[in-house]
Amino acid sequence: MTAFMILILAAAVMLIVIAKIIPGGKKFSMYFVLVCIAFIMLLPFYMMFVMSTHTTNEIYSFPPAVWFGRNLAVNFENMKAAVNIPRAFLNSCIITVSYTALVLLFCSMGGYAFAVYEFPGRKKLFAVLLATMMIPWTAGIIPWFIMMSKFGWINDFKALIIPGCANAFGIFWMRQYCRNNVPTSLVEAARIDGCSEWTIFFRVIAPILLPAYASLGIMQFVNVWNDFMQPLMILRKTELQTLPLLLKTMISDWGTDYGAMMLSSTCAVLPLLIAFLCASKFFMSGLTAGAIKE
Amino acid sequence: MAKIKTERNIWAGIKKYKVAYAYIAPFFILFAIFGIFPIAAGFYISFFRWDGISAMHFIGIENYLNLFKDTLFWKALGNTLIIGIIAHIPILLGGLALAYVLNSKLVKGENIFKTIYFMPMVTSSVAITIIFQNLFGNNYGLINYILSFFGEEAVNWLGGNGSLIKAAVMVMFAWKWIGWNMVIYLAGMQGISNDIYEAAKIDGAGHLRVLLSISIPLLKPIIVFTVIQSSIGMFNLFTEPFILTNSSWTGGQNNGGLTLMMYLLNKAPQGGTAYGYASAVAYVITVMIILISLGVYKVTGERETGKRRENK
Repeated sequence: MTAFMILILAAAVMLIVIAKIIPGGKKFSMYFVLVCIAFIMLLPFYMMFVMSTHTTNEIYSFPPAVWFGRNLAVNFENMKAAVNIPRAFLNSCIITVSYTALVLLFCSMGGYAFAVYEFPGRKKLFAVLLATMMIPWTAGIIPWFIMMSKFGWINDFKALIIPGCANAFGIFWMRQYCRNNVPTSLVEAARIDGCSEWTIFFRVIAPILLPAYASLGIMQFVNVWNDFMQPLMILRKTELQTLPLLLKTMISDWGTDYGAMMLSSTCAVLPLLIAFLCASKFFMSGLTAGAIKE
Repeated sequence: MAKIKTERNIWAGIKKYKVAYAYIAPFFILFAIFGIFPIAAGFYISFFRWDGISAMHFIGIENYLNLFKDTLFWKALGNTLIIGIIAHIPILLGGLALAYVLNSKLVKGENIFKTIYFMPMVTSSVAITIIFQNLFGNNYGLINYILSFFGEEAVNWLGGNGSLIKAAVMVMFAWKWIGWNMVIYLAGMQGISNDIYEAAKIDGAGHLRVLLSISIPLLKPIIVFTVIQSSIGMFNLFTEPFILTNSSWTGGQNNGGLTLMMYLLNKAPQGGTAYGYASAVAYVITVMIILISLGVYKVTGERETGKRRENK
């Protein structure tokens, strides 16, 4: 390992020297480092695509394949025979979409109420809400699981959708957005025009909240789509598996067919990755929104 | 009389705002059922021996004592801390440095780099771990292949005595989180007024000096937030080592990849049915998360308030 370390150190020293001595070398060094890191970030994705076009024998040969093979169609057939990807995709969609929709509805309602109405006990209730954000959910994981089994929610999507669908973070975040973007005069005007409170919320306020819906929606969607631990505990029937669970089954049951396994990994990763690449700015601001808007 | 009147006022107020209560009700109802109740019950259950079906036996703090006597628990705690602490170095320093470089206007294509670095955040950990398991393979893995160019022997990352499983998990942890941290820091840096940087440049401050004396202090609240987030992520670390060691629940050779979360889930409900014992583990993990969060706040927060006092 030492030779390799020394090489890396030498490269680093070289880059610093280039940056200091040669005019314009600073730019070169920076690009060099940035591109190297970008290469490392992309490599696993690239290898995943490459390996899903090879046979298992080709994957298990030395040197490893670094360019696309010709076995994609066969891998696809094997994958179709082994697991039900469309079903897992559908399961993932049902859970994620209904969870996200509920989160958006409940959190925007809660956030709006905390931002606009001066109801008695508002401050205290909001403090309670903030305090709940500090509690790590790990503490209740075992009773949570027992509760789910007592409710008969093992092997039921409800266990993954309902418990978290009105979360404190979402309400807090929506409240911040409402405070900055919903003018109280607008609410007053709608009230004078004779709108009921529910109409005001769904017809007047909800359209204003669209950007906030998009950010919060992306955040929740990505997290739930990729979640592994909770589905692992809850969904024990093959036909109910989400995509990450299906991958896990493939490793334990079909671990011998690596090409098909890589292809199913690709299938699990690709939908979100494409969506991300199409609207990366949107995703990044959505996913990090909670961290930046304090 | 007066008392009745105020009571009436309160009820009138509540009635007037009944819509607002209806709007916030879902959260409080769901939190009471799925939040407070399990957390309280977890504390209660941790003092019992219980398999989930038959009657519960009160055994006091025996679960906790057994836990602290279990060498496997200490092994899991040690692994979790080693992985978490070492992996924090690249994601913190690397994230800061990358954000600074991209913010410095020295390089073009900021958005391309940002997008590439952020890609791991939208990918399923399971899928990514399957790939990394292959890349770290002993005989046919790409990483050993690359090392062989430099005349290195093949490294048995996932086997051997098990200690290198941690290195593999660290690589994955860093690979996944560095982009996330970078994007957050970058957004924070872009929020800092340009005038401050200009002033520092006029005063002759170099890049390192600007990063250390301006960017980092101004970004402190954001840095604290990311550190707490990723340390919670560290204690919940499960998917990566679990898949990497072929869903073994024991963390591979010599329990080299056993993390706290894996230890917990293996006691109940996944591996066994020691619900009382598992609840005790969950509470110990929770206390550690709280202590670390408080510690981070204390180390960083005190200094900050101190500075504010100086300024005033």
